Amino acid sequence: MLGFVLRRAGLVVPTFIGITLLVFSLIHLIPGDAVEAMSGERGMDPARYARLLHEFGLDRPLYVQYFDYLGLVLQGDLGRSLITHEPVLKEFMTLFPATLELSLCAITLALLAGLPAGILAALKRNTFLDYSVMGVSLTGYSMPIFWWALLLIMLFSVTLGWTPVSGRIDIVYDIPRVTGFMLIDGLVSGEPGALKSALSHLVLPAIALGTIPLAVIARMTRSAMLEVLREDYVRTARAKGLPQWRVIGLHVLRNALIPIVTLIGLQVGTLLAGAILTETIFSWPGIGKWLVEAIHRRDYQVVQGGILMSASIIIVVNLVVDVLYGVINPRIRHRA
Amino acid sequence: MHSIAKTILSAGLAATLCGYTGFAAAAKTLVYCSEGSPEGFNPQFFTTGTTQDASSVPMMNRLVEFELGTTNIIPALAESWTTTPDGLAYVFKLRKGVKFHGNDKFKPSRNFNVDDVLFSYNRQADPNHPFHKVTPGQTFAYFEDMGMGKIVDKLEKIDEHTVRFTLKHPEASFLANMAMDFASILSAEYADRMMAAGTPAVIDREPIGTGPFQFGSYQKDAVIRYKAFDAYWGGRPKIDNLVYAITPDASVRYAKLKTGECHVMAYPKPADLALMKSDPNITVLTKEGLNVGYIALNVEKKPFDNKLVRQALNMSVDKASILNSVFQGAGKGAKNPIPPTLWSYNEKIKDYPYDVAKAKALLAKAGFPNGFEVDLWYLPVTRPYNPDGKRMAELIQADWAKIGVKAKLVTFEWGEYRKRSKAGEHPSIMFGWSGDNGDPDNFFVPLLGCDAVKGGGNISRWCNKEFEDLIQKAKTTPKQADRARSYLKAQEVFHEEAPWIPIAHSVVFTPVRKNVVGYKIDATSHHFFTRVDLKN
Repeated sequence: MLGFVLRRAGLVVPTFIGITLLVFSLIHLIPGDAVEAMSGERGMDPARYARLLHEFGLDRPLYVQYFDYLGLVLQGDLGRSLITHEPVLKEFMTLFPATLELSLCAITLALLAGLPAGILAALKRNTFLDYSVMGVSLTGYSMPIFWWALLLIMLFSVTLGWTPVSGRIDIVYDIPRVTGFMLIDGLVSGEPGALKSALSHLVLPAIALGTIPLAVIARMTRSAMLEVLREDYVRTARAKGLPQWRVIGLHVLRNALIPIVTLIGLQVGTLLAGAILTETIFSWPGIGKWLVEAIHRRDYQVVQGGILMSASIIIVVNLVVDVLYGVINPRIRHRA
Repeated sequence: MHSIAKTILSAGLAATLCGYTGFAAAAKTLVYCSEGSPEGFNPQFFTTGTTQDASSVPMMNRLVEFELGTTNIIPALAESWTTTPDGLAYVFKLRKGVKFHGNDKFKPSRNFNVDDVLFSYNRQADPNHPFHKVTPGQTFAYFEDMGMGKIVDKLEKIDEHTVRFTLKHPEASFLANMAMDFASILSAEYADRMMAAGTPAVIDREPIGTGPFQFGSYQKDAVIRYKAFDAYWGGRPKIDNLVYAITPDASVRYAKLKTGECHVMAYPKPADLALMKSDPNITVLTKEGLNVGYIALNVEKKPFDNKLVRQALNMSVDKASILNSVFQGAGKGAKNPIPPTLWSYNEKIKDYPYDVAKAKALLAKAGFPNGFEVDLWYLPVTRPYNPDGKRMAELIQADWAKIGVKAKLVTFEWGEYRKRSKAGEHPSIMFGWSGDNGDPDNFFVPLLGCDAVKGGGNISRWCNKEFEDLIQKAKTTPKQADRARSYLKAQEVFHEEAPWIPIAHSVVFTPVRKNVVGYKIDATSHHFFTRVDLKN
């Protein structure tokens, strides 16, 4: 097992190098001048330009610049924001819990609703129920997030008044930051109603962000289940006279889960991309919104650092999923 | 057991209810849905309205300030001021008994005095000042952009409450400059105390000022909290807490206003205005903005060197239909280079009428009976003075076609657009300007002055001796009434020479809940809550 994990982890290294190369080239690929982009200044005099060129190391050969950059990244130095002058990594760590909280809730929601929906659709294949689940999930899958989020706000916040429009907690609560997770901070603050307020603020963004993964999971579960249901060992299990729940729970679901786990890993990318829109619309102070603002403000250091961190997270999660995959499916573990 | 549970439940319920009603009666909290996070809390470093709204506006004062809603200069931390007849010295008498805020690191031991003025100014002006570089990477952008170092020669303390600014040359807009955000007064005592504690940069993160609200807390991208400052020299604000709910999406800001989650919202979308106006819970306040959108005709290129051609093009543009379809009613037709909110705006000028036949006749007289072909550059981005450059260009293209002028629409990426236009590569180009200090000089000189042809701000590249003399004379004339006379005359020259086709001054909208009392739109597009109240 350890060998398997190490082999998988080894594959991560070239991917990571690829990403650092891409992010490193960003500053040279954007239109305009690299010194202007790095400093955020325009129309500076030649003396200052030359000094900055040297300071940023842009006068050295590209490969030297790249290794310097890589060295800094490995030491956890992602540079400083051009606007706030705070270290990029510090800003990232401050905001990341909000994105993590939102993404975890979204994926939980997607699993809680998507798995049963997919299982039901597979078991009741070609019935009205099956068609409804597939129809609804296709709609959910093709819904643009920003539009869907605004519709949710219009219905649940503006018309029905059930949930607040945006933010993480009602402004009457001034919750001290402990973990950065509002649900936990709200709970430990001991303020009456804080947790409830945090929850009610979380519902709509979690639905908006969780809709696409939910649809994907429901559809994937259905097709994976159908495939396994056709297997010989399922027929054998049935022929043995095993009760339906054992056939489904033990033989079908466990085997159908393998592609689904991979899929959940792949959804991390979808979640982070979706977080950019969801956080902007719901004024959710996470890394998605932070990245969007950085792009608007031409804060290239933040854009670079933010992309690198997000990409690294996606790699790490997919590594974890790969390992889990091996746990569920011994064949993979031994073959690889 | 059952009854115990019941008792606890009802006690809890009662406590909750009391808590809520207690809260409502105890404090008035106004929530403002702002459009973004501030870049920081020291207004000396930054030039964006978002940052000023979060720093200098609620928490600080200037020696002089703009009267809310106008660009008239009124006393603030300076009670009065005198100018020498040559316009080279300004003596400010400082207000006495003005208190600074305090926080957990600092309790002020003295009132505002001349040292605070010296500190706030010298920190920006003097590269060797101990506080010039305490926050790494930050520069005093606005101070430098305004060329304050070239205007002010020296600054002297006369006594505890009198300060004299000596200028290098007469500068009529000096007072207006002193009312701008970068000239906000910070506490010298706080700075000394933090320097002694070895943490000088704290003064830029945890702001202390003399303003109506004091800093509470800030969560990036989420919320900024302020408390009313009881000892505010101008009288305590009527609300107790001021909260900025940072909400970047305009539709979401509108939804929050609708549900009552905020009381005042920044920057509505023009498309939402009709619905907002029909909402019984919302009042939409309007004000003409301090800006101008225009088409500049490059007089260095043929055929725009010919005044008749420029006048003909002015007559050929149907501004009414641009106002309707581009500004959706949120604009006012422009005839002068400065907006009507600015003093010295020339009401008497009669705009060129929209008259195709007359325009054609003028063009024929200029030697172009069949028109000509020309490139029209249009804005690649939305600006405050122009919500949709492409649409505007298409309308103008159609208008010009009617008099035989065939325009080809051209644009570039915004940075490239500015660079090329600065170099004068364009024949005709769409541009605009938002004023930031309420002085007409802030429009005339950077947009139409002869120096600005070289600098690139004067993109019609029009340098007219008579006009230049008038605006230069106004710059060094101390009395506003005399300056106004020069500017009125300058606008006549501008109208006759027609280097631009002035299009519109966009209107600024601020939607507020019905229970918000006393909110006024500021002329320099800040959001002030000093005198605002909430009624039940």
